[in-house]
Amino acid sequence: MLIELKNVSYTYGTGTVYEVSALENINLNIGEGEFIGVIGHTGSGKSTLIQHFNGLIRPSSGQVLFAGKDIWEPGYDLRSLRTHVGLVFQYPENQLFETDVLKDVMFGPKNQGLTLEECESRARAALNQSGVPEELYSASPFEISGGQKRRVAIAGVLAMDPEVLILDEPTAGLDPAGRDELLGQIKYLRDKRGITVILVTHSMEDVAQYASRLLVVHEGRIAFDGPPKKVFMNYRELETMGLAAPQITYIMHALREKGLMVDVSATTVAEAKRSILLALSRRASEKQE
Amino acid sequence: MPSIIKAEKLGYYYVKYSDDSENPELINAIRSIDLSVERGEFIAVLGHNGSGKSTLAKHINALLVPSEGTMWIDGVDTGQEEDLWKVRQKAGMVFQNPDNQIIGTVVDEDVGFGPENLGVPTDDIWKRVDDALSKVGMLGFRDRSPGKLSGGQKQRVAIAGVVAMQPECIVLDEPTAMLDPNGRKEVLQVVRDLNKQEGVTVILITHYMEEVVFADHVYVMDGGQIVMEGTPREVFSQVDVLKSYRLTVPQVTELAYELKTAGVPLPEGILTIDELVEALC
Repeated sequence: MLIELKNVSYTYGTGTVYEVSALENINLNIGEGEFIGVIGHTGSGKSTLIQHFNGLIRPSSGQVLFAGKDIWEPGYDLRSLRTHVGLVFQYPENQLFETDVLKDVMFGPKNQGLTLEECESRARAALNQSGVPEELYSASPFEISGGQKRRVAIAGVLAMDPEVLILDEPTAGLDPAGRDELLGQIKYLRDKRGITVILVTHSMEDVAQYASRLLVVHEGRIAFDGPPKKVFMNYRELETMGLAAPQITYIMHALREKGLMVDVSATTVAEAKRSILLALSRRASEKQE
Repeated sequence: MPSIIKAEKLGYYYVKYSDDSENPELINAIRSIDLSVERGEFIAVLGHNGSGKSTLAKHINALLVPSEGTMWIDGVDTGQEEDLWKVRQKAGMVFQNPDNQIIGTVVDEDVGFGPENLGVPTDDIWKRVDDALSKVGMLGFRDRSPGKLSGGQKQRVAIAGVVAMQPECIVLDEPTAMLDPNGRKEVLQVVRDLNKQEGVTVILITHYMEEVVFADHVYVMDGGQIVMEGTPREVFSQVDVLKSYRLTVPQVTELAYELKTAGVPLPEGILTIDELVEALC
């Protein structure tokens, strides 16, 4: 297992009147190369959870293991952990600061103590993998478009060559094509480089499209953990948690209720299309008989 | 009565300077926009990042003034500096990030900030605050600290802050982009209620196609111009054209379109689950 959480609990403001339990007894295993979606309403504890993965938050109790080693053991190199587990915060473009795009992306590797040449080649590779065109490398990170800024910020994390990439709502505010391009690129990275991806999102459609495993965080616990299809079958319960299923799930259930025998576990447009066409042709042949 | 929002050949330019070039570049953010919105309409504006939607929105409450052409809000020319406050009172604006818009330490003080700046007498301010908070369903939270609210609740407080200024129209620039599904639902419901029950004109800019289904009229922008307009049904029946503008349609519309392409007899531009279910079953 790459990342393991054992009985992890976290309490904010311990010993004060503002004491809030944010995570309660979380047990979780994350394997290499997984593409995990994390959903939960605002305040459910999902941001607290992901900050445990790279040691930004120390659990109040329990253990966090990376590659089998307890990251809170004395002497553990947390600094290097953060280069293995890259975290892209919400609105990462607000963290751009350098005079040009290439220099900005080189900042991470420079802090890893690499030579300038190595930093530059890492930065170029990361920009390329994030889909930033070369003519922008010398542009100021403040004059490029919002979607491009987001890619540059993600490249800044990729340049550190992480094994795990955690993204907190990377598509918020992007237009639909920008959303698809960015997530397509991330999926490509996972397929090509075998990195583990953990995607925190409010978009159920994105989760259905890209994730192979879905974690639902609710009131500091993992309420569901499984393939998106299976989890979305519990759409009524998800609603009580302030969440929802993709629109497709609702369509399939509505059709089924009206007697069209479609597969209610379909979550993407392509799957729904296949299932509806099949159900329609079956219905037509039954009528002929 | 004049249209609440009217634009004629509206254009906005800005000059971009760079270190190494002698000649500054003239950037055309929006151009030749003609627009006319009637009182009480619900208008949606779609367009990819950088298409000019926010630039257009900022002209509606005179945060930007036209480089060419004219924008009138309820008959008042936004280019006349002496009428600036008149325009801002007629058209209120809500932005994407609620945390950037809330300045009060207590919810009701935050909502009272706008009317206070308009010089409304104190008693009236409190009446307006009560009224605005109840319209967005947040009256029970009036004594709370805004920092402790959820995203959807914060955004409703931001909307109440605009409502308290009693504007004729509200412009919302991606108000739900940062919210979870419940927050999105709450905010959209409040916006629809303000439109239907209070008759406030709404201009909603969004990347969520499902939110557009309720609009009376949709404008699609690309390259600083309006490239498509019509009812949601008219606009969403052109799936391929929308995709060429980096946009999409609601999943139910896309599914219906895909099924129709595969030979299933369905009407054009299906917008809701009920419509699709009825057509298929």
